Amino acid sequence: MKVRNLLAMLLLVAVLVTACAPAAPEEPAAPEPAEPVEEPTEEPMEEPTEAPAEEPMEAVELRFTYYADGVEAEVMQPLLDKFMAENPDITVVLDVVPYQTIDEQLPVQVETGEGPDLARITNFGAYKGKLLDLRDYLADPAYYEANFPAPILEAMGYGGFPDALTVTGPYVNKTLFDQAEVELPGEGTTWQEWTDLTTQVAEATGVQYAISIDRTGHRFAGPAMSMGATLLDADGNFTVDTPGFRAFAETVKGWHDAGITPSEVWFNADAVNSCIDDFKSGQLVMCMSGSWNINGLANDVGDAFDWVVVPNPTGDGGSTGIAGGSAVAAFAATEHPEEVARLVEFLIQPENYGAFSAGTLALPAQKDVASAGVEFDTDNPLVLAALSAYTAEVPKLQDQAVGLNVHPYAFAYYRNSANRIAQYLTGELTLDEMLVNLQTDIDNAIAEAQ
Amino acid sequence: MKLVRTRNTSENFFSRLFDVIYEFLISFLDLIFGMIQRVVGIRGMPYFFVLPNLLIFGIFILFPMLLNFVYAFTGSTAFFPDQRPWVGTANFERLLACENYLNPNTCGEDLFWRAVYNTIGYVVFQVALMVLFSLVTALILNRNIKARGFFRSVFFYPVLLSPIVVALIWKWILQENGLLNGIITALGHDKLPFLVNTQWARIWVVMISVWAFMGFYTLILLAGLQSIPADLYEAASIDGANPWQSFTKITLPLLMPTMIVVLVLSLIRAVQVFDIVFAFTGGGPGTATLYLVQYIYNYGFSSPNKQFGLAAAASLLMAGVLIILTIVQLTVRPEEE
Repeated sequence: MKVRNLLAMLLLVAVLVTACAPAAPEEPAAPEPAEPVEEPTEEPMEEPTEAPAEEPMEAVELRFTYYADGVEAEVMQPLLDKFMAENPDITVVLDVVPYQTIDEQLPVQVETGEGPDLARITNFGAYKGKLLDLRDYLADPAYYEANFPAPILEAMGYGGFPDALTVTGPYVNKTLFDQAEVELPGEGTTWQEWTDLTTQVAEATGVQYAISIDRTGHRFAGPAMSMGATLLDADGNFTVDTPGFRAFAETVKGWHDAGITPSEVWFNADAVNSCIDDFKSGQLVMCMSGSWNINGLANDVGDAFDWVVVPNPTGDGGSTGIAGGSAVAAFAATEHPEEVARLVEFLIQPENYGAFSAGTLALPAQKDVASAGVEFDTDNPLVLAALSAYTAEVPKLQDQAVGLNVHPYAFAYYRNSANRIAQYLTGELTLDEMLVNLQTDIDNAIAEAQ
Repeated sequence: MKLVRTRNTSENFFSRLFDVIYEFLISFLDLIFGMIQRVVGIRGMPYFFVLPNLLIFGIFILFPMLLNFVYAFTGSTAFFPDQRPWVGTANFERLLACENYLNPNTCGEDLFWRAVYNTIGYVVFQVALMVLFSLVTALILNRNIKARGFFRSVFFYPVLLSPIVVALIWKWILQENGLLNGIITALGHDKLPFLVNTQWARIWVVMISVWAFMGFYTLILLAGLQSIPADLYEAASIDGANPWQSFTKITLPLLMPTMIVVLVLSLIRAVQVFDIVFAFTGGGPGTATLYLVQYIYNYGFSSPNKQFGLAAAASLLMAGVLIILTIVQLTVRPEEE
């Protein structure tokens, strides 16, 4: 036993010594560069990715939280590889996460100071005061300000850039129209006319559903505005009880009462339900969604049927979709603002931004790229036609349609409107009750945030 | 002449190696705990052993509970307590402000009251059905039937599944173009709106949760049934009691303590329902299956414009209900004993 006790003591000492041993050498967090701001201002910097040569080569790791609707991550990674090859002192780690993580967890992470250096976001208002003013770090801030829409940059506090411009609009199954021998209408068609036509096509072809719209206030807003709704007044306040909003709510209710729309899109209370899956399955004639689905449609539908993007239906308020999109945001809590700025400056350059747009089949929000045109990475005529159709919708956007998505409390409207409209559609609330409750929800959310 | 036992050499080696290692480890642990005991004393050793769990409990349960009180009495969307202004009972007042408590439409926070009434309805039906099915199943499984062990396993398997998996499987079965409607249409009938009709959705939420969780309560009741002495039934049989009389005069009274445990456990679990419903209907159609915990989740975690104060206040109100249920259990059990 004495021998065993001695061995046990030796083992204990060995464990303690191992535990107390110095850790593997780490990269020093931020010791030497006491003067971090060494902008090489004398250099013209068309290629802002050149690292200042006199700096000590300490590898900096940037964490970039990212979500993807389609192939965005696959397109972004080679660009990051190119950046890292040109900037060996910077490593960019692309963390691809579900959109729900961006939506629910990222704001909390940023609030607690545990967020990433950059992220791809859609809710610009959630990060007010939390984004890094890139104008202080970019080599060419004038180029940055000149090439992106001012409302978006202002909404983001100049803490990032929109990586894609999206527009809402309807997809239509052209093959079904051809089979039903019904001519596809064009510009100026109303929602009622589309309802009648798609119902006719569905009946003629035996398809389950005629028409639907994604379960979100974002998609709902466009048709409501087309019907005359004034969702945002001149002061930026939300007003939901308008004739146009009522009219479109009644239109969608009519679809459900007539059984011509897939009920599960609006009745299942997931955060965002899309009709695009029913559309891809060929069981839905028309789906009101948006341009971010072009890539997914191209991949998932293939040559199963022909699909087209049609102009947003017309009403008393005109014909408008809703502008939207995602953005790459840089967070103020980053420990490496200069490196973040170098990455941003790289990504907004026309060749790199254009490559992203081309690969993801997204409409560019970068003005130089938009002016020059994008050679999209596809020869699919349906995709090219869809991109052209959505591009044609951009000039028609109403001011409030552009201002809605950059409104700091846009998401207070989006989520609450979807839930309240669903209550109206199921009969839980009357139209009047729905509008009153929705207005209250939005007002309460804004009051709580202020 | 000595007899030499020939044994399996490898068995002998591994057996001795294991003995050495085992004794070595025991000595090692004895050394460590001996040193600790010299510090805390023999009376302090039990506290030392529960300390890790206490720390985990304190950090992950007790501290958040206390923090919840702070959030319930403060406002704004700020995350850190020191950045939240004191609002007193404003969050509670907002939740409880109603012209007519029986009509959620007259309440300021109508969604909260819809969730309350939905939860009450769910608890009543789900617990009643759960206890009934569990009892019947336990009674059957307590009998000497063929393949009894297999059937006991079959009823317990759903308990092993994640509630999310259960919800998604049943969602796939019950959706408009799902398996069940496929069978129904193949038989020449119209599809049924299982997930998009208020009544159907509520029925299926109850049925699915009963199916998923009854195995656990069946096991508890089965243990209770097996603790009832068999000679009581023999004596009753000799005295001419029929099966119903045996059940009502012997089984039920002696099973009552176990039934109380099952009842209260299932009540508490029913009030806390969230994951299975969240994945199954998301609270829809409309707010038909919106329950209290999901209401709290929506405002505290899910909404882009989080209202922590409201969510915290709602959770405290719900905790009050659960505390009452627990007190009921504590007061009823001694009477039965």
